[in-house]
Amino acid sequence: MSDTAAPAQQRVPAPRQSLARRGSAFFSAHPRLRLGFLISAPLLWLGIVYVVALAALLVTAFWSVDSFTGEISQTWTFDNIVTVLTGSLYQTVTVRTVGVALLVTVIDVLIALPIAFFMAKVAGSRMQRVLVIAVLMPLWASYLVKAYAWRSVLSQDGILQWLLTPFGGSTPGYGLTATVITLSYLWLPYVILPIYAGLERVPDALLEASGDLGGKTWTTLRLVTLPLIWPAIIAGSIFSFSLSLGDYLTVNIVGGANQMLGNLVYTNVGAANNLPLAAAIALIPIAIIFGYLALVRRTGALDNL
Amino acid sequence: MRLSRLSRSVLGVITVLILAVIYLPLGVVFINSFSTSQSLSWPPPGFTLEWWGKAFQSAGALDAVLTSLQLAVVATVVSLVLGTLISLALQRFEFFGRDAVSLLVILPIALPGIITGIALNNFFRTILGVPLSIWTVVIAHATFCIVTVFNNVIARLRRLGTNFEDASADLGAGIWTTFRLVTFPQLRSALFAGGLLAFALSFDEIIVTTFTAGSGVTTLPIFILNNMFRPNQAPIVSVIAVVLVLVSIVPIYIAQRIAGAERTER
Repeated sequence: MSDTAAPAQQRVPAPRQSLARRGSAFFSAHPRLRLGFLISAPLLWLGIVYVVALAALLVTAFWSVDSFTGEISQTWTFDNIVTVLTGSLYQTVTVRTVGVALLVTVIDVLIALPIAFFMAKVAGSRMQRVLVIAVLMPLWASYLVKAYAWRSVLSQDGILQWLLTPFGGSTPGYGLTATVITLSYLWLPYVILPIYAGLERVPDALLEASGDLGGKTWTTLRLVTLPLIWPAIIAGSIFSFSLSLGDYLTVNIVGGANQMLGNLVYTNVGAANNLPLAAAIALIPIAIIFGYLALVRRTGALDNL
Repeated sequence: MRLSRLSRSVLGVITVLILAVIYLPLGVVFINSFSTSQSLSWPPPGFTLEWWGKAFQSAGALDAVLTSLQLAVVATVVSLVLGTLISLALQRFEFFGRDAVSLLVILPIALPGIITGIALNNFFRTILGVPLSIWTVVIAHATFCIVTVFNNVIARLRRLGTNFEDASADLGAGIWTTFRLVTFPQLRSALFAGGLLAFALSFDEIIVTTFTAGSGVTTLPIFILNNMFRPNQAPIVSVIAVVLVLVSIVPIYIAQRIAGAERTER
């Protein structure tokens, strides 16, 4: 980049010494400043808005609420943390929430793999375009409408019951099964898209080479394709896992009497007006997500979201 | 690897089945928007166009759509700028704390919405002492939308390499000129795709919105939440959902065309 100084000896007209050009030359000579220019605005935004907010939430978890006035008292206490760690309610709900989130993630990955593979490697380019649109379109039907649609699909006088009755089946009704079904449905496009993008980047030549060297279809899938798209799979799983972990509306709509961690946080912020306890409960999903991110960091998944 | 005709057709059948399940609830919503029953019961007792007429005259619904559109546009623009800047910084420079910064970009979407929601609610009201308004929602949405722009742009930058930019610099172009005439045109479709996802994310976000919107701010998801269980309003909500899905074909189709055109150019 420093080669720009060369034309002085030639007949090339000297560059106009405008302010922009001087600034530009200055920036090209100082890469650190260039970096600083690029990174300062986003870093300030994320730092001020998000890091400070999260840190404040963390601090709030160590405060308490005066039971008479409802005011937050800013004296340090471990009460909330102890309550959350030892209360059987919190343990039960945590296990239930993590179970639901894991199940949703596994279901979504299992559904996403074949359809993403078909989109990326089997369908022609025209078909591919149609399929991407078909997968993306439901994203625009509001989350709430889709959850509500499942409520009606799963209800006793809903379409599922109507379809299954002739075969002697019946709808699972509202409960954890309905929650898992609905959440899997809601996050499916977020899992399909990264896996599809990952598969698209796998060169066909590589798969053909494996075939030429005698690899059977399954061997190729297992030993060539899967390792290459593993980061994309993990990236998709971060979406389904995290979105399920914090959900409280779907479980309200189709979950029957069951609660998830999100519901506990929500009621403590709203109805119970106990922000410190809510913040302490919020530490559970935060810890779980950080654990999950640390676990998958080495796969390179974070570059594939 | 050559797929046998059989495995191709099996994959095709699975794909069709998955799509059928994806469109089953949407189909139910579609049919219900014409149903005379207000409780989403199946099969519908009769059909009517009443809800479609009412939906287009519902001032509350139209206001909510307008609010959501404005909000999503501003949040998308902010996230486009910030997302592009940070992806250029992370892709073109090696520096201390780079991993931490990339984690920081992902965090607002990796952490569940309710945490982002109460953290920002607490931040705005208790720490800054500013009243909640449409602007607090914009800030919140832009924060978690940065990541979709970031991902699309950084993936493109990685594939592009720096050859063209180096050539442009060698030919005497300054960094602004290079960005305007070389880098930006190559990023355009990635920006479009990232912006589209950011827009969709903001338009449909309910949890973070609940915690950061002032009482006078009714976005479309908040409107839907308030009206979903009201007998007279529920079918109108169905109509809105159907319209949104139909309208969304246009931007998704354009994004696909741009991406397809670029692929054949290469």
